[in-house]
Amino acid sequence: MRPDELEHLQLSRLRETIERVQHVPFYRDLLAQEGVRAEDIRTLEDLQRLPFTRKQDLRDGYPFGFFAVPLSRVVRIHTTSGTTGKPTVVGYTRGDLDRWSDLIARNLTMVGLTENDVFQNAVNMGMFTGGLGFHYGAEKVGMTVLPAGTGNTRRQIEMIDDFGVTAIHCTPSYAMHLAEVAEEMGSDLPSLKVGVFGAEPWSDATRNDLQDRLGVTAYDSYGLSELFGPGVAFECPEQDGLHIWHDSYLVEIIDPATGEQLGPGERGELVVTPLVKEAMPLIRYRTGDITMLLEDDCPCGRTRRIARFSGRVDDMLIIRGINVFPSQIEHILMALPEVGDQFMVYVDRNEHHLDEMTIHVEVKRQYFSGELADLARIQQKIVRTLRDTLELRTAVQLVEPGSLPRFEGKARRVVDRRTNV
Amino acid sequence: MTPDEFIIRQISVFSENRPGRLAAIAHALEEERVNIFAFSIAEASGFGVVRALVDKPEKAHARLTEDGFNVAFTDVIAVRMRDEPGGLYEVASMLGDTGINIEYSYAYSGPAGAVLILRVDRPAEAIERILSAGKELLSAAAFR
Repeated sequence: MRPDELEHLQLSRLRETIERVQHVPFYRDLLAQEGVRAEDIRTLEDLQRLPFTRKQDLRDGYPFGFFAVPLSRVVRIHTTSGTTGKPTVVGYTRGDLDRWSDLIARNLTMVGLTENDVFQNAVNMGMFTGGLGFHYGAEKVGMTVLPAGTGNTRRQIEMIDDFGVTAIHCTPSYAMHLAEVAEEMGSDLPSLKVGVFGAEPWSDATRNDLQDRLGVTAYDSYGLSELFGPGVAFECPEQDGLHIWHDSYLVEIIDPATGEQLGPGERGELVVTPLVKEAMPLIRYRTGDITMLLEDDCPCGRTRRIARFSGRVDDMLIIRGINVFPSQIEHILMALPEVGDQFMVYVDRNEHHLDEMTIHVEVKRQYFSGELADLARIQQKIVRTLRDTLELRTAVQLVEPGSLPRFEGKARRVVDRRTNV
Repeated sequence: MTPDEFIIRQISVFSENRPGRLAAIAHALEEERVNIFAFSIAEASGFGVVRALVDKPEKAHARLTEDGFNVAFTDVIAVRMRDEPGGLYEVASMLGDTGINIEYSYAYSGPAGAVLILRVDRPAEAIERILSAGKELLSAAAFR
């Protein structure tokens, strides 16, 4: 499809979406208040005239407040886990299920899977969208699908070996567990060749580990229930950024603090307007996930990619007006060989009411020469590397090995000591 | 004596600049019955390096590493100097005239006279120059 054809399709689908949301009281009131009608949207730029939709809005609409069709046309309901408060409810018409499984089928085809593959779907098959989403997507490709679910890991490994499973879908953490159990059982899973991992953030180090231990090529899968579920973005065989199906999702990256759109190469919050959702259309949905549009084209020839995800908006710090994500700091520090695995970030406001960020790091033993000058050089190198990437001056404190807190579970590496002034 | 015998292993310990760190190092050395002949602290922003000449450097290294410290050995030389005005000038100018740079230095003065500990950029040349000028260098064995 030519770029102008795609844009034309996006625009007409955006207008349809705006018409569809008129059946949702929340949107009817909001758009009336903003004075925006479908016919006002003449170009994709006009998208910026539309208000955002937030997770909290969906929670407030519990349970069916965001359905744009009567329940008689809703053929399935999924919910998000709802770790805080009520779960978010999502509904699908028959057409939605068809389009959703098409998107997943496209992704699986993109990484080379065909009707000759045997697909083990090792995620929860219940209210979680990742289970049934991949089930029907893989069936649509024509693969032989095993709705394996989670648990009974030894049995899962026997199935991989006995049924000649070639592709597996699960969370990266469960994949790691599978690898361990397979090693204990003495199987090197010779039939497996593709791993599709999603629903949790995972690093390139984990990717290398999983590829080595499971003998697969590992692909990152991104989605969220509010946008159907998995299938929103997916890696191609280049394994360098995720492709989005632009005919079905309109993508923006915004500065989460100001709501301004950001250009390629600028990190911010992913905002998605789904274009083909019927039961639950949404406008400018703020995902809370941090990524950026990649500047260059993918060698595979597909359309514009987004970078792998690097954290949540909720974790974002604003230092002297600049947005900083702890995951960015982590990424920079872990790429420096002299720096240990742990770090802490302290944010203070000094006597001139300026924000100060101080990062504590441990120097790895093998990089301690005994010379103060060498330590000062390491300290300067860390300061310089952080400044170049964050465009922010930070103080770096070298601390003794083993002195930083070690976290089990979710790490709390940021201490914001600023008080309101 | 070969020049190598005059190379002395100083232990260098990375330490944060906060109360109690020197005490922690000193206490560990006491427990290992390690005696300190000379020591100095060099500080930068927020951290420093504690440098010490001790009678049992390997034992000190092992214990401090076990306690979690970043420890390294650094090669230094020790020159006996005259404990009177001009003693330091004599040694420093001798090296300076030869173009040998002193990266850092510290000294102690005991019953056996004054000793200058030097970290230089070219230790072999420094040893040769000092010995040929008839000055006395302390051997590593002198610190055992």
